[in-house]
Amino acid sequence: MSGLGNITKKEIRELLTPATFVPIIMVALIFATMGTSLSGLQEQALEPPVIGVIVEDDTTYSTMASTILKTMAKSVYNSTSTADLQEGLEVVKQHDGVAVIIIPRNFTDQIQQEKQGTFEVYWIMKGTGLMDSISSGSLESLLSYVNTNISKQLIKQNTTVNASFVLSPTKRLETTSYKNREFVGLSPNTISGMLASQSMLIPIVMMMIIIMAGGIVITSMALEKENKTLETLLTLPVKRTSIVSGKIIAAAIIGLLLAIIYMIGMQFYFQGFTFSVGVNLATYGLVLNTVDFIWIGVSLFLALIAGLSLCMLLGTFAKNYKSAQTLTFPITMLALIPMFITMFADFDTLPMALKVLTFAIPFSHPMMASRALLFDDYLLVAGGIVYVGIFAMITISIVVWVFKTDRLLTGTTKFKWLKGLKRRRF
Amino acid sequence: MAAVEVKNLVKRYGSMDAVKGITFSINEGEIFGLIGPNGAGKTTTLRVLSTLLSINGGSVTILGYDLEKQAAEVRKHISYLPEDAGAYKNLTGRAYLQFIANFFDPKEVPAMVQKGIQITDLGGRIDDRVDTYSKGMMRRLLVGRALMTNPKLAILDEPTSGLDVINAQEIRKLVKSTAQSGTTVLLSSHNMLEVEYLCDRIALISEGKIVQEGKPKTLMEKYNARNIEEVFIRTVRE
Repeated sequence: MSGLGNITKKEIRELLTPATFVPIIMVALIFATMGTSLSGLQEQALEPPVIGVIVEDDTTYSTMASTILKTMAKSVYNSTSTADLQEGLEVVKQHDGVAVIIIPRNFTDQIQQEKQGTFEVYWIMKGTGLMDSISSGSLESLLSYVNTNISKQLIKQNTTVNASFVLSPTKRLETTSYKNREFVGLSPNTISGMLASQSMLIPIVMMMIIIMAGGIVITSMALEKENKTLETLLTLPVKRTSIVSGKIIAAAIIGLLLAIIYMIGMQFYFQGFTFSVGVNLATYGLVLNTVDFIWIGVSLFLALIAGLSLCMLLGTFAKNYKSAQTLTFPITMLALIPMFITMFADFDTLPMALKVLTFAIPFSHPMMASRALLFDDYLLVAGGIVYVGIFAMITISIVVWVFKTDRLLTGTTKFKWLKGLKRRRF
Repeated sequence: MAAVEVKNLVKRYGSMDAVKGITFSINEGEIFGLIGPNGAGKTTTLRVLSTLLSINGGSVTILGYDLEKQAAEVRKHISYLPEDAGAYKNLTGRAYLQFIANFFDPKEVPAMVQKGIQITDLGGRIDDRVDTYSKGMMRRLLVGRALMTNPKLAILDEPTSGLDVINAQEIRKLVKSTAQSGTTVLLSSHNMLEVEYLCDRIALISEGKIVQEGKPKTLMEKYNARNIEEVFIRTVRE
């Protein structure tokens, strides 16, 4: 065998280890699950929006508008009286629809007097994620199409019409209902956009802490082995729980410090891109109070402990600094996946598989907490805190157990129950 | 009372038997040497006695404590020096000794650190970072660490491994004086001269079994050998 072939063969043998491949395979499986689930959203985007239409006016422009809406959207409720609004909203909600549109009595008259005709849009918001606003986005496009068609009709009929009016002969009076609240003057798109920009900070902080502190924990374990200090440490009169906890706490402190430094830089970066859409969410009661911040803090702290204990467990597999670098990858992915999911979708509207996956990843919970608290969804936050607390306790117990076995030093574990099982089977 | 009682100790790594039912005891204040070729089971035995590895068979009592059931108690009274041990590279020698001493009785910490500094004999270099130390300096630091805590049982795996003649001689003297002050010492070594000089009794271990045990002089007489090296070669070949 040539020198090149010999070295290549040796390198492949060294790199082709379960520690390298298992995390990658797991991440690939997670992405496959996400892809399958998200493909449903793509199909949803291509489907016509489900709506209800109440037309009180049966003259030129209102007929034109209602015809376009009924043709290009899927209208599941039709009426001629605004008194039927509640009934319409119920029917549309049952059909998983997006809104009820009222074309009022004076719609055509207003346009003919060169005043904007008003569409009263009663939005049914499903979730606060950017992906959740796909249907409402489709309907907004459809209303713009109606606007364009009326413009063309106006120009055809009267070439001397006011230019600024003719470009925008209609306007929308919007009311969005979400989680038993009504937001007058806001569309789901506006709410989603504002919430996304407001709640982006926590996912980024969480991700940065986990990546930084997680790397520290895994590397610390690897260095204990590589520098041959672990054996001495394990023979000292100190509890295994103290060793594990000490490493986790130290990494959490350093991780937090690094994240703070990073966030100061990020804040300046974000300031450069911030723009105002003239909406103050506090006016609509969408503001977090002190108690909410305590909930978020507890959620963040527990997720950090859970994440670091998971890193500690991975760290027990690290033989040296090189293998530690490989083991940080799955943690990075676990931090990135919920960050993207929570940025683009709302937990409530996720497909079941993705919902289970998001809930199972401990880092998701502080990322979801701020939005959930804004809409008083304390059950999701409290449930997340309980789950992450249990996850952390179980993981720490497993790590302490590994510290008490030979696995840490020899790479093997004595499973008495497995031995018994093997004896029975063979 | 014997400081260490090992009865039919068995230790396996998967399907491989590293230690196959060895039995020996060490008296208090004695220096006991475990001697054998590479892979004979010396380090495994020392790791088991240091509470690092679990046992697959037999029993071990250290200073009256059952090793499996009272490992935490055992750790309070022993000190283990692995053959290829290292120290935390970012710490200075003094900070490392302080870190170790902090695990013991707070009242004794300053005295322990002082004793450690004295044993290491590193002079001003004790305040330098560990990653600037030579191999000999590092080993002296680790021996200092192992002996400064006044252990009732010191388990030393190749204590002079990799040291030059002068440094090795200093450490041997140190081990001898530690035993004279009441500490029981269990050591393993490849250096037969060292074993002859240091040990009150030795056990020759081969393929996980003790093949000979006794005082060095007695064994030399038994095999009509001039030194322990000859005894070692003959027992291993038998």
